[in-house]
Amino acid sequence: MNSHATLLACAAAMLAAALGGCATMTPPKPWEKGDLARPDMQFDADPLDAKLEQHVYTSKEVTGGGYGVGGGGCGCN
Amino acid sequence: MSITSTLRVVRRAALISFLAFTFTSPACALAVGDPAPGFALLDSTGELVSLDRLRGRVIYVDFWASWCGPCRRSFPWMNELRRRYLDQGLTIVCINVDKKKTDAERFLLQTPASFTILYDAAGATPNTWGVRAMPSSYLIDRQGRVVAVEAGFTEERAAGMEERIRKLLESK
Repeated sequence: MNSHATLLACAAAMLAAALGGCATMTPPKPWEKGDLARPDMQFDADPLDAKLEQHVYTSKEVTGGGYGVGGGGCGCN
Repeated sequence: MSITSTLRVVRRAALISFLAFTFTSPACALAVGDPAPGFALLDSTGELVSLDRLRGRVIYVDFWASWCGPCRRSFPWMNELRRRYLDQGLTIVCINVDKKKTDAERFLLQTPASFTILYDAAGATPNTWGVRAMPSSYLIDRQGRVVAVEAGFTEERAAGMEERIRKLLESK
């Protein structure tokens, strides 16, 4: 009985610690974002490449919306 | 083992974890009216500069980093601020928070600064001051109290800040 209670207390403490482990994963502070601000950390590292990709995507998928460039779906504009 | 004793154990574990989180939460952001927490940091020549030694002057404290775009835009404005108000009792102290000092030095070659630059790579000062954005600036009066807090930098808000600095310098 007593050992059961101890075991349960240990299990509860471990669960709390495990859940607490998730809580300690805090996002970086404003002054710690130097690495995130690096050019090679951006989603679109190359602006020219991103523009070209967006242009092709828009001309192919124009019925699904786009970023301001319309087209007939032929990929030629 | 009964359900009530199980509940009691779980409740105790919950209380312990709650207390643990309460006391490990980060410091609160500095607000207008608070006394400015002191700091003692090294400048580029290796000299120790402390906030206490500047007491009696109006102090403009700015937190910046080399990777921060608005910080770059704020530097010419702060140079101008120093030129205009140094003799009237304004001191500008800019605390760099770059992890690598060489990044800051490269920035300063491109964007020269006429004011004091201090280095806090560990980030202890911005943590104590509760910096919420980059850049963040704090205007401190002659008694060492925070008079204004600004997060980010825009030319329009800089004009408002200059107005406040001028008023503060006029009131002895």
